[in-house]
Amino acid sequence: MSSSGWLQLGVLVGLIALSAPLVGAYLARVFGGGTAPGDRVFGPIERLCYRAAGIDEQGEQTWRVYAGSLLIFSAVSVAAVYLLMRLQGSLPFNPSHAVSAGPALAFNTAVSFVTNTNWQNYAGETGASHLTQMAGLAVQNFLSAAVGIAVAVALIRGLTRRKSDTIGNFWVDLVRTTVRVLIPIAFVLAIVLASQGVVQNLHGFTHAHTVAGATQSIPGGQVASQEAIKELGTNGGGFYNANSAHPFENPTALTNLLEIWALLVIPFSLAFAFGRLVGNRRQGWTIFAAMFLLWIGSVGVATHYELAGNPRIQAIGVVGSNMEGKEVRFGAPASALFAASTTDTSTGAVNSSHDSFTPLAGGVVVANMLLGEVSPGGTGSGLYGMLVFAILTVFLAGLMVGRTPEYLGKKVQALEMKLIVLYLLVVPLVILGLAGASVVLSGPRSALLNHGSHGLTEMVYAFTSAANNNGSAFGGIGANTNWFNATLAIAMLAGRFLLMILVLALAGALARKQTVPESSGTFPTATPLFAVLLVAVIVVVVLLTYAPVLALGPILEHLSL
Amino acid sequence: MTLRNQRTSLFDRRILRQAVLDSLRKLDPRLMAANPVMFVVEIGSVLVTAIAIDKPSRFAWTIAAWLWFTTIFANLAEAIAEGRGKAQAAELKKTRAITTAHRRGADGTLEDVPSGSLGLDDLVVVSAGEVIPADGEVVEGIASVDESAITGESAPVIRESGGDRSAVTGGTRVLSDEIVVRVTALPGASFLDRMIALVEGAERQKTPNEIALNILLAGLTLVFLLAVVTLQPFAVYSGARQSTIVLVALLVCLIPTTIGALLSAIGIAGMDRLVRRNVLAMSGRAVEAAGDCAVLLLDKTGTITLGNRAATAFLPLDGVSEQELAEAAQMASLADETPEGRSIVVLAKERFELREHELHGGHLVPFSAQTRMSGVDFEQRSIRKGAVEAICKLVEDGRGSVPKQLTELAGEVAQSGGTPLAVAENGRPLGIVQLKDIVKEGLAERFEHLRRMGIRTVMITGDNPLTASAIASEAGVDDFLAEAKPEDKMALIRREQAGGNLVAMTGDGTNDAPALAQADVGVAMNTGTQAAREAGNMVDLDSNPTKLIEIVEIGKQLLVTRGALTTFSISNDVAKYFAIIPAMFAGVFPELGHLNVMRLSSPESAIASAVIFNALIIVALIPLALRGVRFRAASAIAVLRRNLFIYGLGGLVAPFIGIKLIDLVVSAIGIS
Repeated sequence: MSSSGWLQLGVLVGLIALSAPLVGAYLARVFGGGTAPGDRVFGPIERLCYRAAGIDEQGEQTWRVYAGSLLIFSAVSVAAVYLLMRLQGSLPFNPSHAVSAGPALAFNTAVSFVTNTNWQNYAGETGASHLTQMAGLAVQNFLSAAVGIAVAVALIRGLTRRKSDTIGNFWVDLVRTTVRVLIPIAFVLAIVLASQGVVQNLHGFTHAHTVAGATQSIPGGQVASQEAIKELGTNGGGFYNANSAHPFENPTALTNLLEIWALLVIPFSLAFAFGRLVGNRRQGWTIFAAMFLLWIGSVGVATHYELAGNPRIQAIGVVGSNMEGKEVRFGAPASALFAASTTDTSTGAVNSSHDSFTPLAGGVVVANMLLGEVSPGGTGSGLYGMLVFAILTVFLAGLMVGRTPEYLGKKVQALEMKLIVLYLLVVPLVILGLAGASVVLSGPRSALLNHGSHGLTEMVYAFTSAANNNGSAFGGIGANTNWFNATLAIAMLAGRFLLMILVLALAGALARKQTVPESSGTFPTATPLFAVLLVAVIVVVVLLTYAPVLALGPILEHLSL
Repeated sequence: MTLRNQRTSLFDRRILRQAVLDSLRKLDPRLMAANPVMFVVEIGSVLVTAIAIDKPSRFAWTIAAWLWFTTIFANLAEAIAEGRGKAQAAELKKTRAITTAHRRGADGTLEDVPSGSLGLDDLVVVSAGEVIPADGEVVEGIASVDESAITGESAPVIRESGGDRSAVTGGTRVLSDEIVVRVTALPGASFLDRMIALVEGAERQKTPNEIALNILLAGLTLVFLLAVVTLQPFAVYSGARQSTIVLVALLVCLIPTTIGALLSAIGIAGMDRLVRRNVLAMSGRAVEAAGDCAVLLLDKTGTITLGNRAATAFLPLDGVSEQELAEAAQMASLADETPEGRSIVVLAKERFELREHELHGGHLVPFSAQTRMSGVDFEQRSIRKGAVEAICKLVEDGRGSVPKQLTELAGEVAQSGGTPLAVAENGRPLGIVQLKDIVKEGLAERFEHLRRMGIRTVMITGDNPLTASAIASEAGVDDFLAEAKPEDKMALIRREQAGGNLVAMTGDGTNDAPALAQADVGVAMNTGTQAAREAGNMVDLDSNPTKLIEIVEIGKQLLVTRGALTTFSISNDVAKYFAIIPAMFAGVFPELGHLNVMRLSSPESAIASAVIFNALIIVALIPLALRGVRFRAASAIAVLRRNLFIYGLGGLVAPFIGIKLIDLVVSAIGIS
């Protein structure tokens, strides 16, 4: 790797090492129940929200009520975005004359943004009006991220409370996350991005005549503000179709690095917040370590294969790394780093074409998502996914110390295992079921632009991305058909809300339990050994489910080179 | 016959023969359905057999046969574990013969009835040489009873009305005297019946952890079923359609058959290990709870210390030699037949070679509750030994003065956890004899082991805090509860449980019953009262309170064995993928042959080898499942490292070697 590649990775790791513990400490204060920094500024805003919405700030909810509130809120959100998409043609703030979307596309898009997936079956420049972008998509960029964090915080409460029926208040968690965490950080980030050349205006297309005599249509838009929360909230839905490869979204190497940092920072810092909230920072470090190991490992493999390039192309005399589908201003290392990070988190923003990656680098980005988005995963969803795996790991290996397995003093028994088993089942069922159907049904199969193992990877990638709420597209599928709009929406909904309900039920079950005090006979879960074990369990238990598909897809393609 | 002396070897031939038959009987799908993992294997076996009949090939028949073996091996493991219990139960049943009982009516007349027709609260008279017809409580009389039928202990025990030794068990034999017993258990619900049902495994219910583990195993089975079922569309898309046989083979190799096959055997064997140590657990739940215990409540007397105090030192006053004191103390104790008195005589003999004095015309003064002294009177000498206060009073009554040194010495002895006795001759105090509790040997080390496992020991004693603290530190327990009344014990258990700790204790008296019921693991002594035996969830037939420690270790070993085999089973999957995936697709995509890292000779042989390995590993691990993983007292982290290395890493590596070796054999024989 070139020295600039190393420098970039080094700076990024340094930035995360500095910022994640700090942000984590702040998050712990925000959700800890006591006073938090900035109470004087944020307090009045929050109280205004509570009063306007009639929320009892002190009111605690059982897991059922919590989950019910979340589902109602999300259903209303889907309806709002759906209506905006359907009616945008006749609504104001539409300088580029985007037409109203059909029902399948509008539903797919609404579900996509509410589930924090941001799979885009429309092109940003022409498919969404400024009103839809601002009042629909950008709002959901904030709120869907906040919903994810709320569920993670509820699970932490389940682990820390004893003999309690309640796990917090969804509305309070939602408001506090949005007001105290997402808006302030996104605000600063948007200004920094704008300073680097990311556009921020309300223009439609500007038509320009170039020196060579051609006509150019240059799109405008409130990109900087959207770009910030797109990364920070691990959303990934680009303002433009080209996403972060577009120079108005991601103009320089610096913005590229900042965007990668932004999509990693909250998922990583939630691990530290977790450690503080459970009263044992080493627990947080352990979760962080497991996330970090998986992330750096995937970055390493993807970068290696991208730099190695494609031997077939090299055979015809084009030496060097794999540059197909990449922006020259980023090059292979920065593209691989972005690709690994955007799939390790459930962001799905892209600065290069994943479809054009070498087979194994492409395989790594699929695998990142298949692991269930825990490395470090989406905002909130990464942490709760990782904690579910931690409980599974404790159950599998914890018996070996001769006690009923327990995590943070909570015994893992039949009810918890039921919920975890269902959690493990949902995503493979959706991915393998729907992708399997799509490759054998002639209609959906004909949407594939490639055949053979690469086509298989494209299909599996699409459903993996949807079910894990990533939203990045491998490309290579004409996915704006009724079949894909519907099945991908199902995948997104199941991967988001079925899992959230299961996690909240788990939080409720754990909160009701007595906490067993720690002793030298307790299975240690705050050690490097546990971090390694956790990684091993995730890789063995989860990846083995998909081993046949990976063998027929990326591995076969790699071996055929 | 005794339970203890019945050391059946792991694979006793009689048991094995019966087990093979049972394992075939267990193929009944209604029975198999209880075990989802193996049920899936059975369905796969039927499917592959049907295909083999339809389109016979050597490969199809090989896979079919080995799938059946896999199912049968799983049943065999369970049948062997059950068989060992059944053999013991058969012996016990011999003692459950119908006997004639002498029922006493309300008017005192005796009526002979068969033991099977006795009702609750009937009174029966049992004389020497007769078998006690039912479980009950002695309400009149005292008798020596031979309980070897259930405890294996040949020495007779005393059973008497009132007090803590009133419970009798049906099937045991009265050796002397006559007792009247009030029947407390109906025929069929007696202690012996429950014991038979327990060792037979008839009453076996899944324990909480076993249920949770079963859910996980069923879930993993579903996940892999999904992976295998959806493999076909992807294979069809890739132009490499798979045969049903191969898909079934892959499924069986991936689902956790090893632990699924051995899970119930592990549970049965765990109970069996307790029975072998003469402990009857009334539920598997209690055995698991034993492994989870964080606090052990141990009664001082009998558990931590030997039952009686013994003299350990003579502490003379100034101007008195130690030998003089020893001699006086010894003479004063000659009349004292209590173990404490005997120990003074013994100590004097050991220290000063003092022979037991002939009492030339001496007059023995036995201990009485009023004087709290004993001694001997000669013509010239009057020697007394007794409680310090009593001796002081004696001295003062004789118009002597009590030297300050005497009370100081007595204070020091009390301070160090001992009991002081004063000795006086002719109204002149000579010194103090120190009596001490004798802490059982090796306990400090065992408590240290427990501490490493994260278990706290709390000593319960009626002694004053001073004495208790001294004994506690000598024995090495972590904490003590002094001047404990039954309520205090109960309060302590509640407090620990409120803090999230599981508590184990032993008890025998009726006043222990509430605490035994409250504790998570309550081990009642078999010699105890019926109430205590009912309240506890385990009964120790040997009535050895120290056994609580072993019970905890057995509980832990059970859980470790389960965890180790689960880890092993799941790690195995990696190698099986490397065997089967290239075999499935190498025909169409020779490139995937690179994944054949074991260099297995042919696709058929690779698939067959994986299936055969999967079946044989079950048989290979049956002894481990029955014996239990070796368990050493160590901290959780040390135990984890060791087991992860053996069963995690071992589970990854072993199948690579095993499958390769089987492939060599299979390809030598030829398969297709």
